[in-house]
Amino acid sequence: MAKPAALQIITANRLRDGAVVYLGPDTHWSTRISQAVAAADEDQARALLAVAARAVAEAQVVAPYAIAVARDASGLRPASYRERIRAAGPSIAAFAAATAA
Amino acid sequence: MYLYDEFDQRFVDQRVEQFRDQVRRRLEGELSEDEFKPLRLMNGLYLQLHAYMLRVAIPYGTLSAPQLRQLALIARKYDRGYGHFTTRQNIQFNWIKLEDAPDALADLARVQMHALQTSGNCIRNTTADQYAGVAADEIEDPRIYCEMIRQWSSIHPEFSFLPRKFKIAVTGAPNDRAAVRVHDIGLRMHRNGEGETGFEVMVGGGLGRTPMIAKTIRKFLPKQHLLSYLEAILRVYNLAGRRDNLYKARIKILVHEIGAAEMARRVEAEWAEIRDTAVDLPAAEVARIADFFAGPAYAPQPAFVPEFEAARRSGADFARWLRTNTAAHKQPGHAIVNLSLKPAGKPPGDVSAAQMEAIADLAERYSLGEIRVAHEQNLVLPHVALRDLHALWQALDALGLATANIGLISDIIACPGMDYCALATARSIPIAQRISERFHDLARAHDIGGLTINISGCINACGHHHVGHIGLLGVDKAGEEFYQLTLGGRADQDAAVGAIIGPAFSSDTVVDAVETVVDTYLALRRQGERFLDTYRRVGQTPFKEKLYAAH
Repeated sequence: MAKPAALQIITANRLRDGAVVYLGPDTHWSTRISQAVAAADEDQARALLAVAARAVAEAQVVAPYAIAVARDASGLRPASYRERIRAAGPSIAAFAAATAA
Repeated sequence: MYLYDEFDQRFVDQRVEQFRDQVRRRLEGELSEDEFKPLRLMNGLYLQLHAYMLRVAIPYGTLSAPQLRQLALIARKYDRGYGHFTTRQNIQFNWIKLEDAPDALADLARVQMHALQTSGNCIRNTTADQYAGVAADEIEDPRIYCEMIRQWSSIHPEFSFLPRKFKIAVTGAPNDRAAVRVHDIGLRMHRNGEGETGFEVMVGGGLGRTPMIAKTIRKFLPKQHLLSYLEAILRVYNLAGRRDNLYKARIKILVHEIGAAEMARRVEAEWAEIRDTAVDLPAAEVARIADFFAGPAYAPQPAFVPEFEAARRSGADFARWLRTNTAAHKQPGHAIVNLSLKPAGKPPGDVSAAQMEAIADLAERYSLGEIRVAHEQNLVLPHVALRDLHALWQALDALGLATANIGLISDIIACPGMDYCALATARSIPIAQRISERFHDLARAHDIGGLTINISGCINACGHHHVGHIGLLGVDKAGEEFYQLTLGGRADQDAAVGAIIGPAFSSDTVVDAVETVVDTYLALRRQGERFLDTYRRVGQTPFKEKLYAAH
């Protein structure tokens, strides 16, 4: 039996500040992964990447790509630890906050 | 310190305004990312995992107090209140917005700083011994030559599009604190038989996926010929360097493939063609630059300071800090003071804006307004009178900057790793934090003695793991972070690449593995042996047996 295709979402960095963003509904880009639209198959993923390509042309985002995610009780979770760090921010405590005089 | 003249300032200001216009055109969609990327990289602006990162050059690691305050201002105004000192005497700001970058660069230019050539296939920030100009063992201040190299290499039309990036390091002392043998070109000042000073020229060092120790291609280069000789090396590399393969494009591969003797022959042949051209600076210009580094007028200080000696005798913590965090100064009655940016559990090399401002104040009070940046990701106050050491130590302690661990196991070099870096394959900082917490007991760290741990989050080796006494390389194995251990590396005048000890360790077990290495050394060491001495004597086998005993 064929393995079901993993869910995919589209991520990029926002041009003006570099923030990690995810493609949501209605071509809206959000910094929250929970707002991402998930593609259930390759055709849907290609369609989302086409939307992302237009956002690149419109100077909204940089270097979009699809990432594999899983949906669990807490929402969408990236498959790779790299993407989990991108989604959550550095895994270390913010230095300035920890040392603020 | 070198001060910009009108030409320098106009050049840097013009570059800021050029970049401002480039950013505007990018934000308005006139430039594509493909068109814009090389332009932003030429200005030190990278796009990393979470945001843009601005890498600011600190030429040969020398900063004034106003410059450090301005870095604090940039951290507060454009970033998240902190910066990260790197292994190449740069500072990185991790959260810069593209739309703010031109203003940040303009603020840098106001204090004669910039981010030019901190990226790209050009000659990068030239680095030097952090004790330059003050070290007791120094022959001559290397920063004079670093500044000459900086001016010569800035937007050098022939060397702005090299096969790959190019790094030069200079030491003016026999004890190499600048890791010159792991640079594309390493320069070591020494005296010849006639007592003249010149450079040993080493070429083809580097780390990354193919670590190499630089080969000496000229034992003695009269210093007045430095720039023409460097130009000859760069010309040979520019012509013969591998542009067909990104991974074979560094000069180390060329030197390895043709051999040091052939490299020397080609460089000498090229040099013979150009050495009498106008590249080498006239003596008057050398003297003008040298004047900036003539050194401060030290107030006379007694070599013996009774209150200092009393504080040393009565305070064990102060005495311990003196042992590791100060170094011999060429001027009687003075010391070089190292500020540890490696307190237990903190990211190596990170410093908050509040700390930067406080350090600038202390530099003005105790160090003639000067600060140095060490490639080990620590800071240095280079001109401290012995009578001020106790008060300075207390002030640094209050700021969390007086951990007595310079050169010890918790003085860890670590790249930003996957917490920030788009190239990383694993995290570095959390491992460094856990190791420094494991070895937080300073009595234990001092008992272990001189031992460096270097951590890189990918094969590009920004954490210099190959030359750590213990090196850790983070790798991705089937979606999990693992860490490969190397032992026996060193970055000093006897530079060596460490050897991989065996299969990599998981993130959960790697700190235990480091402790196993340390415990094995402690069990085997003879009186007075440092880690590297013991390792050299007994070899890998006892360490391997302990590390993999359960497998």
